Amino acid sequence: MGETLLDISNLNKSFETAGGPVQALHNVELHVEEGEFITVIGPSGCGKSTLLRIVAGLDGGYSGTVTLEGAKINGPGIDKGFIFQEHRLFPWLTVEKNIASDLSLRDPGVRKKVDELIELVKLKGFEKSYPRELSGGMAQRVAIARALLRNPKILLLDEPFGALDAFTRAHMQTVLLDIWRTNRTTMIFVTHDIDEAVFLGNRVVILEPRPGKIRKIVGIDLPYPRKKATASFQELRLKVLSEFEKVEELELTDGAGI
Amino acid sequence: MSEGAKVIVQPGTAVREGSGKLKAVPGKASASRRPISWKPYLSDLGAGAIIPVLTVALWQTAGSAGWASPEFLPTPLAIARSFVDLAVSGGLAHHLGVSLGRAFLGFLIGGAVGLLLGILTGLFRRAEYLLDPSVQVLRLVPHLAIAPLIILWFGFGEVSKVAIIISGSFFPLYINTFVGIRHVDDKLLEVGRVLSFSPYQRLRRLVLPAALPNILLGLRLSLAVAWISLVVAELIGSQSGVGFLINEAKQNSNTEIIFVGILIFAFVGKLIDSIFRVLEHRLLFWRDSYRG
Repeated sequence: MGETLLDISNLNKSFETAGGPVQALHNVELHVEEGEFITVIGPSGCGKSTLLRIVAGLDGGYSGTVTLEGAKINGPGIDKGFIFQEHRLFPWLTVEKNIASDLSLRDPGVRKKVDELIELVKLKGFEKSYPRELSGGMAQRVAIARALLRNPKILLLDEPFGALDAFTRAHMQTVLLDIWRTNRTTMIFVTHDIDEAVFLGNRVVILEPRPGKIRKIVGIDLPYPRKKATASFQELRLKVLSEFEKVEELELTDGAGI
Repeated sequence: MSEGAKVIVQPGTAVREGSGKLKAVPGKASASRRPISWKPYLSDLGAGAIIPVLTVALWQTAGSAGWASPEFLPTPLAIARSFVDLAVSGGLAHHLGVSLGRAFLGFLIGGAVGLLLGILTGLFRRAEYLLDPSVQVLRLVPHLAIAPLIILWFGFGEVSKVAIIISGSFFPLYINTFVGIRHVDDKLLEVGRVLSFSPYQRLRRLVLPAALPNILLGLRLSLAVAWISLVVAELIGSQSGVGFLINEAKQNSNTEIIFVGILIFAFVGKLIDSIFRVLEHRLLFWRDSYRG
């Protein structure tokens, strides 16, 4: 951990809908240090994806400040890697060409890095495969490699394993932690799975909906690699869960979620 | 490094991924770009041949039995003889060459303009508002209707023939390119933004490949229309080409040659279309859609 990499202060964002403006984010404050693994969790409609898209520069029209290394975020760019829930690979390109995308594999520098990344995401032997030949987990690993090739300062992951089955998901979490520990890339990982949030993050940000704001940030002070079936893990999981349940209760008493 | 992740993968074997699902590892033998296997094509050919073969057999029988006069309906054998005579005399190669040249020149110009304008209107809404309404109006004018006008302006020479073909082959490619570009997945365009593609890269690496299925369909339809427009152009008045052969044969009551001309149009058209389908198959092998 080191210097503050991402600074979010007093962030507000509303959407115009047919029923009037809806506040998606309200006074969000988050300071992420270099090398952190932040997980963001909250019920649907709490603005977690919106938060991530604002950091990525995909969504604008907010008030407050969002800076990466002190500079205001002006639109998307390769310094902010983004992994979507779907892999979004180019179906007409092979695995290695997808990773390279607009860069040429004939460039020896690119070639070398692509090979290293294929090794890192454990896809050796699949370089020449097409996306339709890959399983969901493999395709998502290609998407991660594609983002990492561009040396992002921060990797933003929007429920990337949400569509995967439980076994693949557990495997992907391990792969992602390996990548994080090898590359030290700062991560912000949005999920709705409490286990996943506690397993991956050094801090878990719990959001509450309507308007979306940070309810609590729970530090997960467990050494990696973590084991889910331990008392200390379960204790922290319960801590996050109880906060999460308060959020859900709030939602029910407000009647807003119904 | 996790234990579960340390799997050494050998090409050509199967590997158990985290999900427990078996996944084939592609080896050298099953390269993604599969070599074309001729067996399915042959069985397709077999099924497609049943109706024509039966028709020809029946036709020949009817002709040999004298049920129809040769001037009215010559037998397949008589038509085949005319075909051979025409081929041996070199007339066939000459007229077919002229026709192919016209069709391709018209297709090349009409297709190129259609592709360019389709890309322009597909990419830019302003261009769409400016051009598309006019194009849609012109599209609905049958080109038989404008053929007299083209002849009035350009005479009976090569220019008017190629112009008729251009006016036909422009539209399918224009419309399908436009539709293809407008159907590019927004989610992929977002990837282009995240990866900081330049406008040129977005077009070259994202929009055009994603629109390729539609563009190829447009090309194929344009080619077909070019071939049909050729008949219109050559029947109106020409001194060479397959259409001229038919016209001349009509004046000389040489029914066999009319059939030869029709058959040439049919077979060469089908041949061009088949070549195109193979091309389509090779370029779009990455598609993950229903193959019948």
